[in-house]
Amino acid sequence: MLIYTVRRLLLLIPVLVGLSLLVFTISHLLPGDPVKLAAGPQATQAEIQSLARELGTDRPLPAQYWSYATGLVKGDWGQSVLTRRPVWDDLKIYLPATLELVIAAMVLAVAIGLPAGLVSAVYANRWPDYLSRTLSLAAISMPRFFLGLLLQLAFAMWLLWLPLGGRFPIIDEPPPFVTGFLTIDALVAGDLGAFATALKHLALPAAAMCLSPLATITRMMRASTLEVLQQDYVLTERALGLSQRLILFKYVFKNALSATLTVIGLYVGWLLGGTVLVETVFDWPGIGLYATKAIVTQDFMPVMGVTLAIGVVFILSNLVVDLAYGLLNPRVRYE
Amino acid sequence: MSAAVETGPRNALSSRWQNWRRGAYRFRQSTLSIVGLVIVALLIAVALVGPYVVPHPEHVAGGVSTAMRFRPPSAQFWFGTNELGQDVFSLVVAGSRISLLAGLAVVVIAAIFGTLIGAVAGYFGRWVDEALMRFTDLMLTLPSLILAMAIAAALGPGIGNMVFAIAMSWWPGFARLVRGEVMAKKEEVFVQAARALGAGAPRILMRHILPNVISPIIVKMSLDMGFAILTVASLGFVGIGVKPPTPEWGSLLSLARGYMPDYWWTAIFPGMAIFLAVFGFNLLGDGLRDVLDPKARR
Repeated sequence: MLIYTVRRLLLLIPVLVGLSLLVFTISHLLPGDPVKLAAGPQATQAEIQSLARELGTDRPLPAQYWSYATGLVKGDWGQSVLTRRPVWDDLKIYLPATLELVIAAMVLAVAIGLPAGLVSAVYANRWPDYLSRTLSLAAISMPRFFLGLLLQLAFAMWLLWLPLGGRFPIIDEPPPFVTGFLTIDALVAGDLGAFATALKHLALPAAAMCLSPLATITRMMRASTLEVLQQDYVLTERALGLSQRLILFKYVFKNALSATLTVIGLYVGWLLGGTVLVETVFDWPGIGLYATKAIVTQDFMPVMGVTLAIGVVFILSNLVVDLAYGLLNPRVRYE
Repeated sequence: MSAAVETGPRNALSSRWQNWRRGAYRFRQSTLSIVGLVIVALLIAVALVGPYVVPHPEHVAGGVSTAMRFRPPSAQFWFGTNELGQDVFSLVVAGSRISLLAGLAVVVIAAIFGTLIGAVAGYFGRWVDEALMRFTDLMLTLPSLILAMAIAAALGPGIGNMVFAIAMSWWPGFARLVRGEVMAKKEEVFVQAARALGAGAPRILMRHILPNVISPIIVKMSLDMGFAILTVASLGFVGIGVKPPTPEWGSLLSLARGYMPDYWWTAIFPGMAIFLAVFGFNLLGDGLRDVLDPKARR
């Protein structure tokens, strides 16, 4: 298990090299001159050239990639041409915000999706099954940004139960930075009021985001439960007279879960890239909004940084899922 | 395939016809697929004739009537009017053509590009396969929405650019699918026969292998249609790709955000249109997959 983990982590290195090379190449293939944009419309040719020299963009591309790649290892992810802030420092603030949102959405999706899929499979081809299948297809089809707007309209504008957007009220002091997750930081600081505030801000965006993973998890769980229910050992358990509840929760659930787990891992990465829309609706200060601003101003370094960060989290979350798979399913052994 | 070869062409034809009828029967048995088919048919009809029959074509062309700003839905303006006094119904109907065409274009371009990469990788194998597939896998690791946004923003506004940008983040799925299918097909006897007759790689691929892998490609295209429309609307919503006078659903919704609690109709109707289109194509795609891919059926 340990050797397997180490090997998987070592395999990350070529993937990361490839990923950084790909991101670097794409950003240089695209038209548009970020230096010219950063220098402003009135800049003379000489000013643009001196800025290019300062930023290092006048050097040949392989040299630029080499210094970018070596910088990545040292925690220097380049700097934004517009704000002149290091990308790494920005990511340290924005990435936890997005991760908090994604994890909250995934927790919701798993907590509702697993039981829903199980029920759907047990009642296969009867009304609870049809209901949950229709609802999940509708949920997948619902644009997250439209659902976000509807939730905002209902709970923040008409009912006034929840805040309209943001992570924390601007006038209040947020809990001291520990993990960057405001809910956890508030608990660490022992500030229950701040915890409740952070949770309230989290509720609507997380709800808007959880819908499509929820639907997919329900569908996956339904399919894998149906498969497990046809296994011989379930028949044996029935023949032995075990109660339906015991069969379902002790044997079927666990086995069906391990197949669904893979989807959960894939979804974390997918959601990270898709937070842009929900973050736009709710003004959530995460990497999605950060990337959008950078994309609109053709500020490539932050875009490259965000893309790489999402790629890394994606790969790591799949690794975690593969390891959890081995724990859940003893038939899988990692050598 | 092998059974068809043994029993001769006439039986092959009749068994194919039977398969087709069985598929059509299965499709009709599923209420949801029929609902999807109806929604999609309606959408296509609206996209075809809509722009000619809308009550206010001048608003679709960018005209404004400021005296009529923010009228709620009524018999005159079914979906109300927006901040420029434009009839929201006319804009939403006109938007259907843009969304459907853009979604279709994304799927077609992605399918062509992905098929090219996947077929070359699957047919030639070895280092070609290794290189192309590692590249494809890396592309799959990139967040597709952010990639599409970056490409579209760099290319500049315009629907064509946006479609191209989304397709560039969409092809890896097709490449992987086609590679697998081509690898399976290139071992078949008819491919060996063609090779023995001296056919070159391009001819074998185009004439003998690709026609045989077309049906999974079409299934994937129909499954992807809904999400392609959704992605087009997403880019419109973040304001990358289309410029305001174009009545694209996502950008209509994004403009309406600013007038939210009081003038909710400017947002609800374009949003409902996006949902309905995506839902219809997803229902239809699901039904088609059940018919054409019996393994996925339950």
